[in-house]
Amino acid sequence: MSTSLSGPEPATQAPGWEPVRRGLPRTPRTARNHAPITATGLLVKVILLGLVAGIAVWAAFPLIEAEHWIGLAILAVTTAGLFYLYLGRRHVPAKYLVPGTLFLIAFQVFPVLYTASTAFTNFGDGHRGSKDDAIVAIQSSSVKQVQGSTEYALSIATKGDPETGALVFLLSDPKTREVFAGDANGLRKLDAGQVTVSSLTGKVTAADGYTVLNIGQASGRSDAITALVVPTSGGAIRSNGLTRAYEGKAVRAYDPGCDCIKDNETGKTWRADAASGSFVAADGERLAQGWKVNVGLQNFSRVLTDPNISGPFFGTLLWNFAFAIGSTGLTFLLGMAIALALHSPRMRGTNLYRVVLILPYAMPSFAMLLVWRDMFNTDFGLVNNLFGLGVDWFGQTWTARAAVLLVQLWLGYPYMFLVTTGALQAIPRELTEATSVDGASPWQSFRSVTLPLLLVALSPLLIASFAYNFNNINAIWMTTEGGPFAPDNPTNGATDLLITYTYRLAFGAQGAEFGMAAAVSIFIFAIVATVSAISFRRTRKQEEVYS
Amino acid sequence: MRIRTAGVVAVLGLALAASGCGGSDNDKPAAKESAKAAGGKLVIWADDKRTAALKPFAEEFGKENGVTVEVQAVSKDLQTNFVTASQQGSGPDVVVGAHDWIGNLVQNGAIDPVQLGAEQKSAFNETAVKAVTFNGQLYGVPYATENVALIRNTELAPEAPKTIEELVATGKQLKAQKKASEILCLQSGQNGDAYHIYPLYTSGGGYLFGTAANGDYDPKDLGVGKPESIAAFQKIAKLGEKGEGALKRSITGENSIATFTGKKCAFLVSGPWAIADAKKANIKYDISPVPGFAGGKEAQPFVGVQAFYVAAKGKNKALAQEFVTNYVTKPELAVALYKAEPRPPALTAAFDQVKGEDPDLAKFQEAGKNGQVLPAIPAMAAIWDPFGKAEAAVIGGADPAQTITAAGKTIAGQIK
Repeated sequence: MSTSLSGPEPATQAPGWEPVRRGLPRTPRTARNHAPITATGLLVKVILLGLVAGIAVWAAFPLIEAEHWIGLAILAVTTAGLFYLYLGRRHVPAKYLVPGTLFLIAFQVFPVLYTASTAFTNFGDGHRGSKDDAIVAIQSSSVKQVQGSTEYALSIATKGDPETGALVFLLSDPKTREVFAGDANGLRKLDAGQVTVSSLTGKVTAADGYTVLNIGQASGRSDAITALVVPTSGGAIRSNGLTRAYEGKAVRAYDPGCDCIKDNETGKTWRADAASGSFVAADGERLAQGWKVNVGLQNFSRVLTDPNISGPFFGTLLWNFAFAIGSTGLTFLLGMAIALALHSPRMRGTNLYRVVLILPYAMPSFAMLLVWRDMFNTDFGLVNNLFGLGVDWFGQTWTARAAVLLVQLWLGYPYMFLVTTGALQAIPRELTEATSVDGASPWQSFRSVTLPLLLVALSPLLIASFAYNFNNINAIWMTTEGGPFAPDNPTNGATDLLITYTYRLAFGAQGAEFGMAAAVSIFIFAIVATVSAISFRRTRKQEEVYS
Repeated sequence: MRIRTAGVVAVLGLALAASGCGGSDNDKPAAKESAKAAGGKLVIWADDKRTAALKPFAEEFGKENGVTVEVQAVSKDLQTNFVTASQQGSGPDVVVGAHDWIGNLVQNGAIDPVQLGAEQKSAFNETAVKAVTFNGQLYGVPYATENVALIRNTELAPEAPKTIEELVATGKQLKAQKKASEILCLQSGQNGDAYHIYPLYTSGGGYLFGTAANGDYDPKDLGVGKPESIAAFQKIAKLGEKGEGALKRSITGENSIATFTGKKCAFLVSGPWAIADAKKANIKYDISPVPGFAGGKEAQPFVGVQAFYVAAKGKNKALAQEFVTNYVTKPELAVALYKAEPRPPALTAAFDQVKGEDPDLAKFQEAGKNGQVLPAIPAMAAIWDPFGKAEAAVIGGADPAQTITAAGKTIAGQIK
């Protein structure tokens, strides 16, 4: 008994893995001493390293263009390190570890650090860019056409080469037919004899001493055209596209002296407030265009102190646990029950059953969630129509909760069925046979032999499933959207998970607040991490007992 | 041996890398040359439907002017994607979208004002120009307007109801005669739908935002939670599940049009987008304004406008301005966009042109004549969710006063 109990060690893994695991530690040892260099091995190495070099070169150009020297240095060091590692014959363990570590850093560590750093800023709608961006946006959105000013027909011209020469606006007044040349120094009238004006469009088509650019040429110099502002007494003439120009004036301007925005028409000023990242007037009015600043722990303290957020927090947390445990537990129970039934040697046509049972797993869950939502419709849904009920499923707290759990059960049991089937096949039948010889009932044998061995194998998957369901935003957002909501509280619904609740908080109000969302996700991360850590510790103890 | 292997690997690796680069090098000059020959490149982002309609015109614009025009379809979250991309400098030059994005796009510095001449401006429907005006500036060039109306099945209900009470009476009668199973198809769902209930809300006397001195909506004067809004919702509650049963949470955005085309309800509150389905189902229909409560105020639907915007951080702004101000203002494009999706064109000339072929258009515009421009201020984003939920709760039988007061409080808390 004891030998066979210690024997089925592979029950901790999926069955097929065993030989690989056993073989692995031995391979590098032989490789270090006298591994033959095979042609295939060499070819694979060349192709992979070639790919690394290719990707590095491909990634380098944009970095150089953007002058991201730190990024470039990291890229160079990583690439050089990879070449050193795989061209040499030493550091065998590192050869196995480095690829995984690199991917871990790129896809796990970096996003987590980025999220964490965002949590300390006010990054969000209206606070996305730098202060300079905000100033440019404020100034350019305040440019107004000067009242009663002329709208000119515009031709872009140059005295030099069409691709590089300094640009001149040739402006013709459609009413008076007068023609002006304008550049950064101002306007200059041109004699009617010097220019040819199209009678159709009113545009200058040729002028002595100038090369008139066609639209194709002009559009190639878009930046220069947008940048060219011809000063006038009332404001400045700017291009409006490539064929028209208008006299406009920026009503609001930034004054570095007082670090404020001034409105020339009303005289109102908005001072830069570095704490909130926006320009604020004396009367408290803010300009919409702000910038990203560090706000320290403000987002975190808001989560803890804002009654709108912290008030319903614990109720939501409780249901969140119930939902995650319920989803995982119910799917596991159903999946395991079916797997056990099909595992019985007396069962016939198991393959057919397996195919049918896997079906929900094979369908896209997105679509299925939407179909289920419609099936729970009070008047038109399949559930009520089929059973002749009139239940307002998503309109009442407990029916809505039962409904989302039911949907989760349907979506999730095939997975549990699959993994349990795999684990069951790794448990030798002699074990259960031995228990029955010893006189145990099937239930006793299941309870004290099969289930513990199954749990040893499946605990990590159950924990992963719990963590996934804890943050399963799709399951809620695509069915109830967190509802039903109490009439006096539209912010927090009966089926809200922390993630849907905070999604609404961070993105439902006046524009997205990424900083806030990041802070909340750190809280959620802490909760999930704690629960997972505790569970893993308990699993390890269990493994020690049974293996 | 060891060194030789390493050498072979290194040389082959470098050769492979070089050939990889060679490939991209070969591509680049070609792309550059064609770009140079074409002058500049204009990138337009639009949703799927409009991309298809825009493509031929964009190509024509490109050919006429010797530039390359690319129309890219962004099928999901166009607004968010546009804001994020333009922040990173990888955004388009022109974007096509609804006018109520303007507030958010402006606060993120993603779009620039456009300058239209007085003559150009006057070619547009006045409401459309008003919709794209924000903080006294014109931020986009409108091409289509949209609003909801009452679409009715003329076989079931030959007469257009003048009041909502009349509508309910007809609907109830049809239900009693088993000719229909629902009184009215006005989508709500479990979480409400502020857009579709709005005509009834205004008819009951409610408003969302007051008007500031410059004609814009004033986020400080919030109408939700005020006595007028409670009165409006008390009237709406009478039509709800505990009252007449005309408004139901089981009628959702997914099933309301289908229920109407399945002849299960005689009245549908929806927009021009529902017409294609009604035609496909061979429903005999007519369009009239959404009726208000008897003795109440006028029922005013939201008027939304689709517009072209010039990206503030586009790479080819001059060309983008040229396209938006001088090309989009041509009736031909507006007509083509109308054919891609039948919403009334904002250009009066284009509207007149298609009006003859499509009598529905004039009826929709008539229904939206007294409409209210959908607020584009960023504060509007805070309205949708709480307002909708309050609506759903009231329809489900919750106390209007308590519900709307709570919604008003939530909204006020979210407006900065």
